[in-house]
Amino acid sequence: MADLRAAPREYVWIARMWVRSSLAYPLSFWLLTLSSALITLLDFVGLALMFHTVSALGGFGLREVALLYGASGIGIGVADLVIGSVEQIGVHVRTGTLDSMLTRPVPLLVQICADRFAIRRLGRITQALAVFGYGAWWVDWTPSKCGVAALMVVSSCLIFFSFFVAFSCIQFWTLDSTEFANAFTYGGNTMTQYPMTIFPREVLKGLTFVVPVAFVNWYPCLYLLDRPDPFGMPPWFAVFSPVVAALTLTVAGLAWRTGVRHYTSTGS
Amino acid sequence: MNLIDVRDLARTFVVRKRSGTFTRLRSEVRAVRDLTFAIEAGEMVGYIGPNGAGKSTTIKMLTGILVPTSGHLRVAGLEPSRERTELARRIGVVFGQRTTLWWDLPLRDSFELLQKIYRVEQARHRRNLDEYVELLDLGDLLDTPVRQLSLGQRMRGDITAALLHDPEILYLDEPTIGLDVVSKGRLREFLRTLNAERGTTLMLTTHDLQDIEALCDRVIVIDHGTAVFDGALEELQRRGESRRTLVVDLVDEAPPICVDGAETHRVEGPRQWLSFPAGASAAPIVAAVAAAYDVADLSIQEPDIEEVIREIYAGA
Repeated sequence: MADLRAAPREYVWIARMWVRSSLAYPLSFWLLTLSSALITLLDFVGLALMFHTVSALGGFGLREVALLYGASGIGIGVADLVIGSVEQIGVHVRTGTLDSMLTRPVPLLVQICADRFAIRRLGRITQALAVFGYGAWWVDWTPSKCGVAALMVVSSCLIFFSFFVAFSCIQFWTLDSTEFANAFTYGGNTMTQYPMTIFPREVLKGLTFVVPVAFVNWYPCLYLLDRPDPFGMPPWFAVFSPVVAALTLTVAGLAWRTGVRHYTSTGS
Repeated sequence: MNLIDVRDLARTFVVRKRSGTFTRLRSEVRAVRDLTFAIEAGEMVGYIGPNGAGKSTTIKMLTGILVPTSGHLRVAGLEPSRERTELARRIGVVFGQRTTLWWDLPLRDSFELLQKIYRVEQARHRRNLDEYVELLDLGDLLDTPVRQLSLGQRMRGDITAALLHDPEILYLDEPTIGLDVVSKGRLREFLRTLNAERGTTLMLTTHDLQDIEALCDRVIVIDHGTAVFDGALEELQRRGESRRTLVVDLVDEAPPICVDGAETHRVEGPRQWLSFPAGASAAPIVAAVAAAYDVADLSIQEPDIEEVIREIYAGA
């Protein structure tokens, strides 16, 4: 347990090394930061432009879509910043760096997640915060809405967090399946940038009960926007996100332990 | 108590070979089997064997990276795979072919990070760092980014990195690979000092038998996953029924020399190579050759350990 308490500190130590490493090449650092900021900026600009020709998307206006987009973006952004490097498990296995990590007295997950920590990923979070802020400006805030919003932001980070870990663990077996994890992490993000009303009911069910990304933003945002659930799901789904986050975290934790055990018992 | 205690250790891998478009043939490979040895604190042990003999598999089990299939294994009283993090604080590992240092940062920064993650007190860290910097001549390199270091300099950096937390055991995997003669010599000298002054137990795997000759009192030879020899280096040389070689430079070319107690196994112009049992005295043979031939020069070659090991492999 002492290991776990020290984990955040150890994470910061290692991450700081990578930030300093990236500053060894200042030009490349700034170019990457700039281009990453531009890409994320253009991403929302594209969505906003769409509203020039249509006034609503699945019954939702630009301000409402901005709220959904921002909430999902913050979640994936924070998860990607903190833990996105976990996608590289396969590379660590192939190159043998995983073995070196296993001989250090720091939890493996901390080492892998802090590996190649890139501060430029902050660009995505900044953009998401701005878009979320724009959407939130038009919300009629009440104390309970503030509470739901806070739970939503934390849960969406944790849900994406679990997706990164759980789906990356496949690489302990396949070594090369970053795309597989991406389908759920970035794919989940893309799906939740739009109102669920543009999808058929079956898709919504899948995104609620199988790969529960709808809890990242959809259900809490319906509450924030004072909208009844267009699919007739129960209203308490709005505050159910933390429970879903706890569930996905548990699954991710199990997947991680199984993956590491598989590695240490097979060697590759 | 033994620092490293290995009894009937075995490790099996499942290998799937492609036998058709969609079918795989499943087979088991026994990378390590019936492996038994014990190492006491302060020993310097060479762990050698041909490629694929099970050397790295053993090291991985000793460091807790790999779970044994069966058998008993204790390192510093701990069960490596279960108590890996705990064990990590008490051992140092150097993989010769890859670095654990931060490529783009000065050497100093990597050392500082290690101080933190191994929770080494400031004073002890300072003392260790100063000592290793002095012994390994790293003073001018501390502020150089690792990517600008030569292979030898980087290896010295890696060894320092593995030692800053005062490990009881240091595992070295091919520590001198790719180094020039001077760097190799300096490194061996350092390891000897380390062992003598701090009592650090050393276990090294290597293909360079000079490493073994220079460092190890004890050699464990592994082949096909099991120890085929465990004992002193001299014993290994004797065991191989090794032969010494007398190199004779004659004044003129001549047919193969014929004397009692030795046989000529190679002739090249005026130079001839005679081999004789390592246990026998060279004096009568030298005298016999000198009496019968016009000799320009003589020299004796001690048995080559590489040859000895090859014979053990052949015999096993």
